[in-house]
Amino acid sequence: MTTVTESQVRADEQQNRGCSRKRKEDPRFIQGKGNYVDDIKLPGMLHGDFVRSPFAHARIKSINKEPALNHPGVHAVLTAEDLKPLNLHWMPTLAGDMQAVLADEKVAFQNQEVAMVIADDRYIAADATELVEVEYEELPVLVDPHHAMDDDAPVIREDIAGKKEGGHGLRLHDNHIFTWEVGDKDATDRVFDEAEVTVKQDLLYPRVHPCPLETCGCVASFDSINGELTVHLTSQAPHVVRTVFSQLSGIAESKVHINSPDIGGGFGNKVGVYPGYVVASVASIVLGRPVKWVEDRIENLSTTAFARDYHMTGELAADSQGRIKALRANVLADHGAFDSCADPRKWPAGFFNICTGSYDIPTAYARVDGVYTNKAPGGVAYRCSFRVTEASYLIERMIDVLAQKLDIDKAEIRRRNFIQPEQFPYSTPLGWEYDSGSYPAALERVLEAVDYEGLRKEQAEKRARGKLMGIGISTFTEVVGAGPSKNCDILGVGMFDSCEVRVHPTGSAIARFGTKSQGQGHETTYAQILGTEIGISSENIQVEEGDTDTAPYGLGTYGSRSTPVGGAAAARAGQKVHAKAKRIAAHLLEVSEDDLEWDVDRFQVKGVPDQAKTMTEVAWAAYNDVPEGMEHGLEAVEYYDPPNLTFPFGAYVCVVDIDRHTGESHIRRFYALDDCGTRINPMIIEGQIHGGLTEGFAVAMGQQLAFDEAGNILGASLMDYFVPTAVETPQWELDYTETPSPHHPIGAKGVAESPHVGSIPCFSNAVVDAFAHQGISHMNMPHDAYRVWRTIHELGLDAD
Amino acid sequence: MASKTPIKLTVNGQQREVLVHPRELLIHTLREQLGLTGAHIGCETSHCGACTVDLDGASVKSCTVLAMQANGSEVLTVEGLAQGGELHPVQEGFMQEHGLQCGFCTPGMEVRAYRFLQENPDPTDEEIRKGLAGNLCRCTGYQNIIKAVRYAASKLATEKSREMA
Repeated sequence: MTTVTESQVRADEQQNRGCSRKRKEDPRFIQGKGNYVDDIKLPGMLHGDFVRSPFAHARIKSINKEPALNHPGVHAVLTAEDLKPLNLHWMPTLAGDMQAVLADEKVAFQNQEVAMVIADDRYIAADATELVEVEYEELPVLVDPHHAMDDDAPVIREDIAGKKEGGHGLRLHDNHIFTWEVGDKDATDRVFDEAEVTVKQDLLYPRVHPCPLETCGCVASFDSINGELTVHLTSQAPHVVRTVFSQLSGIAESKVHINSPDIGGGFGNKVGVYPGYVVASVASIVLGRPVKWVEDRIENLSTTAFARDYHMTGELAADSQGRIKALRANVLADHGAFDSCADPRKWPAGFFNICTGSYDIPTAYARVDGVYTNKAPGGVAYRCSFRVTEASYLIERMIDVLAQKLDIDKAEIRRRNFIQPEQFPYSTPLGWEYDSGSYPAALERVLEAVDYEGLRKEQAEKRARGKLMGIGISTFTEVVGAGPSKNCDILGVGMFDSCEVRVHPTGSAIARFGTKSQGQGHETTYAQILGTEIGISSENIQVEEGDTDTAPYGLGTYGSRSTPVGGAAAARAGQKVHAKAKRIAAHLLEVSEDDLEWDVDRFQVKGVPDQAKTMTEVAWAAYNDVPEGMEHGLEAVEYYDPPNLTFPFGAYVCVVDIDRHTGESHIRRFYALDDCGTRINPMIIEGQIHGGLTEGFAVAMGQQLAFDEAGNILGASLMDYFVPTAVETPQWELDYTETPSPHHPIGAKGVAESPHVGSIPCFSNAVVDAFAHQGISHMNMPHDAYRVWRTIHELGLDAD
Repeated sequence: MASKTPIKLTVNGQQREVLVHPRELLIHTLREQLGLTGAHIGCETSHCGACTVDLDGASVKSCTVLAMQANGSEVLTVEGLAQGGELHPVQEGFMQEHGLQCGFCTPGMEVRAYRFLQENPDPTDEEIRKGLAGNLCRCTGYQNIIKAVRYAASKLATEKSREMA
């Protein structure tokens, strides 16, 4: 007889949903058997390297390829002139703009791709790039986005000069890309006019870079006999890349094969299509040989998609008790020389309109203006969903600014403004419908865990002794899981995602997805979801992604969409398999389906558990003994289009001690409570949170892509660009609550970006809080020691 | 270009002879001539540590070592850590403690951890952090990497005490 205990034993053996099972992908990685793009070596393969512009803005007067072509081992030098007959010298971006694949008559940012040399090996290719003679005529450079729309500003995009209409509506200036307005401006203005209290603060979210350890690259191989193009490339979204390649090249999509093998981190950097992919493919077509292009770190930092660069002004209107009545946000977004943000098509500023955060703010208005400057293009959602990081930073900083003005405790002001659990589903004034949340409980739990009252007492005591100690709070809401195809698409393709699962006769299974892991552990997590739904062990489910020949079409992995969308597809595909299995089991047991109940891995006759068929038995029967009229096999495909996005949230506290003589910050505690709905593999979730917090620490405390007045990028190598080591990185304390999403098939919301989105304002709030008693209400990131010391010095706190 | 020169290396216990250009970097010799793609290239400036290998008993960044400098040396890469089908305790530690995500930095981390634990078999967490400071990771937040190294230290100590008993 089956007992509960036996069921539990079987469930434990399956290592499915809720279990911290070890990752299925680890054995190959820990033994050096991962297969990354640069590991791919094809017979006859050549290597491409770029000639790049030393200037940020210059006209190309001439290019002399001859010395390079005469260099032994060089096979070709490609320029825009070579790509023109193929109509491949410009490509559409994901944001409704066009981008030069190779500089067409002029360069618009430093290190822009001017020509590609293709040679026998990477050393020869690098040598020959030095031999390509490019004559430039320097042009005035525009670096500061605040001057982009000045009357005398240099025109960056001559190709669209004078054009009044852009990809997102009216253009106000030759360097203007779009204006995006959301909310009720007049109503918001009225609330501000009548408010008891208002606060206003300029906030710069500097330009940063995701900087995955593996740079971008590809191996393109054209088969001229069959007219087929195969490209192995570092892509978070291989299917979309296939569509773009087909549209660009005119090769039928069925003859374009994209393969994303193991990817060494993405964080948004590997969503877009980069010139290197296109030129290497053209080179392979022209030369009839495979061509590899892998960028180096300087190229990665200086030319592939940056993130942020939002120049924001936030305003809050409130009553004297700190109850917020309205939010107003104005943003100037520096998009560089081409608008190639990776956003859903309808959202020129992404999901920035989540900027009311976790708070019940009745009225709001936000405006974002995008402008061109002489900087690298991009604007990726770096470890976040399309500008939600910027939005969360704005509201989490502004609420502290308001608290300070009213002299209300920073936890208390949050309590007074939270959306309450009974208000869900909650419609925000800027157009979102939050699915579920329990914000007050999360905050109270964290405050208790860190002894918030005790910390405030300690801070007061330290301040009295001239010490600098800050306590930061962040109670953020994320928006992930892009997305409903009614809201979100890339180049017109709706943002669904897919799972195809096939159970073999002996009861193991293979599942393929349209998403693409860059380290998130999909092979493990998806197998656990499917295992639970189907009733087989996750150990026996092989998960594959990235090969567009075999995987069903999907929109890829970014914006924490894999679990909310791909995971939902897995659950639904598993449920379809389960439903068919049940019919087969009823047939085998000669009872009606209504007489069956499910128990971990088997269907059993209600009240007669000995009368049962395990899923393994059913799988076998699916191939030799199915009910009359039923197709053989046990498989399902699900293209899941979510009804809404999901809204994970969290409550974080950071405690920082600052040395008043050096400006150095020591993160003494960082306590992070995340709620991502149903938890599938707690170990993987914790790992993702550790990683997100560390990247948040890097952004808040040290990262910035800086430029001089000539548009030279200052510090585009790891010598200068801050990537924290194990020494600087704080110790993390994690906690969780579990508020399932009501519309996701298994309640999962997605997690990997929450710690990044939520931690950055928390660090910033902590550093600023250390100076709150000195009347400081805001300091721009990054809070590196020098910048913090400058504030200390200006305040005279380092005297004696 | 200068002609190639033969060099001899003992790689993961095997004698290898390869022809290298004078300017060829060890990472390229390992990856492209010897087919050992475990060590990766992340920065080419010695900062990220993805290319870390063990050269005559010291951790080196093979993206900034010339292959000819390694002539006559013993090289250990991640592919040489497991012995006789058994994972090295360092590898086991990374797997058990979830010390990796995308896996790109992992081979360099492991080879560094292997050497570090020979230099300091019973380290504190602080010492582990310093010992691994030449290896960057963008995914894990390091906390589990530190646990992985601690796991390996403990397992190596147990193995050693068994051998001595």
